[in-house]
Amino acid sequence: MRRLRAAAAFATVTALAATASACGGGSDTGGAGGNDSPKSLTYWASNQGPNIEADKKILTAELKKFEQQSGIKVKLEVVPWSDLLNRILTATTSGQGPDVLNIGNTWSASLQATGALLPWDGAAFDAIGGRARFADSAVAAAGAPGKDPAAVPLYSLSYALYYNKKMFADAGIAKPPATWDELVADGKRLSRDGKWALGAEGANLANNIHQVFVLGKQHGADFFDSAGKPTFTSDGAVAAVKQYVDFMAKDKIVAPGSAEYAQNQSLRDFSTGRTAMVLWQAAASTFAAQGMKPEDWGVATVPVPAGTPDAARNVNSMVAGINISVFKNTHNREGALKFVKFMTSDEEQKILNRTYGSIPPVKAAQQDPVFGAPDTSVLKETLLKSAAPLPQVPEESQFETAVGTAVKDLWADAAAGRAVTTESVKAALTKAQQQMPK
Amino acid sequence: MSAPVTPPTPAPTAVGAQVPPERAERSGPPRARRRGPRTPGRIRRASLPYLLLLPALALELLIHLVPMVIGVVMSFKTLTQFYIRDWTTAPWAGFDNYRISVDFSAPVGKDLLDSFVTTCLFTVASVALCWLLGTAAAVFMQESFRGRGPLRALFLVPYALPVYAAVITWAFMFQRDNGLVNHVLHDQLGLGGDRAFWLIGDNSLYALLTVSVWKGWPFAFLIVTAGLQNIPKELYEAAAIDGAGMWQQIRRITLPALRPVNQVLVLVLFLWTFNDFNTPYVLFGRSAPKAADLVSLHIYQSSFVTWNFGTGAAMSVLLVLFLLVVTGGYLLLTSRGRKSADA
Repeated sequence: MRRLRAAAAFATVTALAATASACGGGSDTGGAGGNDSPKSLTYWASNQGPNIEADKKILTAELKKFEQQSGIKVKLEVVPWSDLLNRILTATTSGQGPDVLNIGNTWSASLQATGALLPWDGAAFDAIGGRARFADSAVAAAGAPGKDPAAVPLYSLSYALYYNKKMFADAGIAKPPATWDELVADGKRLSRDGKWALGAEGANLANNIHQVFVLGKQHGADFFDSAGKPTFTSDGAVAAVKQYVDFMAKDKIVAPGSAEYAQNQSLRDFSTGRTAMVLWQAAASTFAAQGMKPEDWGVATVPVPAGTPDAARNVNSMVAGINISVFKNTHNREGALKFVKFMTSDEEQKILNRTYGSIPPVKAAQQDPVFGAPDTSVLKETLLKSAAPLPQVPEESQFETAVGTAVKDLWADAAAGRAVTTESVKAALTKAQQQMPK
Repeated sequence: MSAPVTPPTPAPTAVGAQVPPERAERSGPPRARRRGPRTPGRIRRASLPYLLLLPALALELLIHLVPMVIGVVMSFKTLTQFYIRDWTTAPWAGFDNYRISVDFSAPVGKDLLDSFVTTCLFTVASVALCWLLGTAAAVFMQESFRGRGPLRALFLVPYALPVYAAVITWAFMFQRDNGLVNHVLHDQLGLGGDRAFWLIGDNSLYALLTVSVWKGWPFAFLIVTAGLQNIPKELYEAAAIDGAGMWQQIRRITLPALRPVNQVLVLVLFLWTFNDFNTPYVLFGRSAPKAADLVSLHIYQSSFVTWNFGTGAAMSVLLVLFLLVVTGGYLLLTSRGRKSADA
């Protein structure tokens, strides 16, 4: 009996030690990826559709096709946006990640700096049909300039102004605003009877960044200089942040409650007729899922300042989008490349982007007539003509948090009725800049 | 091979077990001479307790000590996104991370100090309320009445619920426009002018405190109830005969008798509350409002949001040191107090 117990104790310790060494990254394949598991792949997809279940359904059908073609079984996991970056970071640290994953294209340079993603050199691009198949602006948002991209563009997106046709008609407004002055003027007519003109997601850090980046460009400012140093406190950047928060603080066309929104509640408010406009990327599938009919809403280009801004300032969207990456530690490098080739094939690009309401970054697929529909043609035109990629610097994700939080705090001030002044904006941005890693 | 025959030895005496009188009377040095030669069986038996302790030791080493040592090493490195894939290659930073953390004139140190002060205030308030509510409920539930069982079970619900589910429900209830809290306070009770924000701005600390107390007091209730059951009824009967009222009984019998229980309870609540990460994270997401920026979330932000893992590790080490000092001081004080009470 005693011997049995001793044996059991010994077995437990051995088992623990074995587990520990397995956790220690014993499966690292030296960084270039291996092919010792050729029959299966793990894929982390970002949440693109109205919810995770919808994504699972959409993607599972496509993955079956891939399995039939290649004999490789893909294990799918749809990861919500709020968890995705942390999950990638954990996988990077432990070396135990998926084989293929989606990343937000704004994170490309940050994740590239960790060295966890397979660089897309000429040979890797050749394996999926060549770099020339993809739109230049989309590839530009896949890694730092001058380096092999860390990812391949999968879905491209841009911002547009969605507006409620009936609410516009009721307020006697004939067409969507083309300039910010018009938007504020229309907004004042629309904000009445418990309804509001413009939706916002005050506590959503990434959304805050997207909006103030575009306004910053329109004010002739960027958030990083050409050497990659943060310039959050430049006059243009301060003016951009103030203009955005002033929609609530001064113009009173954003509902105070929006200051705490972070889960796309502004889309629900739009679908239920509580707000008349929202600045969003490819929101059509969400509106439809929330019971809105396509004829109820219109889509217009994001407004610009009045007058005729020069080309550099004529930006009305960031280059938004999702990239697909291969984890360097993959055990099925060849399979992963095959999978990326499948996902970026002309045919799949048409199917997936049509389903999600996004624009294919693959030039051949862009020609499909479905992307010429009124909704998507606005997004497509913006993407091709007047969108700029967010700064592709390694500190991009920290920038999103630091400046995104500063804007979030300013929204909170505006909602509480506290004054938002040039000084308070500048102070918030100064603090954000000081928080950036040196 | 058969097990070797071992000479009979007296059964081991459990701690606190009754010692037979004839052995209790025996005095002098340990009975070393009575031990026989060191047969393999004897050696095996002597080593068995250690062998049985091994799994626990190995687990302790794996789960606590190794990560702690790694954490301390990390705090001396410049660990950013460039090195997280293999943190051992990160360059040494010396005491830089510590210097940054405690430089209260610079933003990182100032923010850490702010969040530290917030955490201290929050912890004191939360522990005090948890203890008060838990003790009051436990004393109240001592009396036997109809429905006591179900009520007691109901009290323990917050303690039994998964933290994430409970806190996310609170987050829904605290929403400004659609939440239950404002619906009750504003619409039904007609309090205040405008609907209040609970998840952003200054009120967020109250929201956090509410959830923390809601989550923590059932534990206090459970422990105090257990403590109360150890107080002999005769003491209360004698006090009642001597004319002591309820308050006097609580002050002179209940609270002193609960002292050892409370000592542990307050310490555990303090440590849990001070280090609580789940509640603020689920309630506010990865960037908490300034008013409710607890130190645990702050360190998480430094490490996992700003990707300054080295600075985050240094902050963690400082926090552990602080908690060690406070806990040590507390134990010293309370045990001294107890000794003088016992004397």
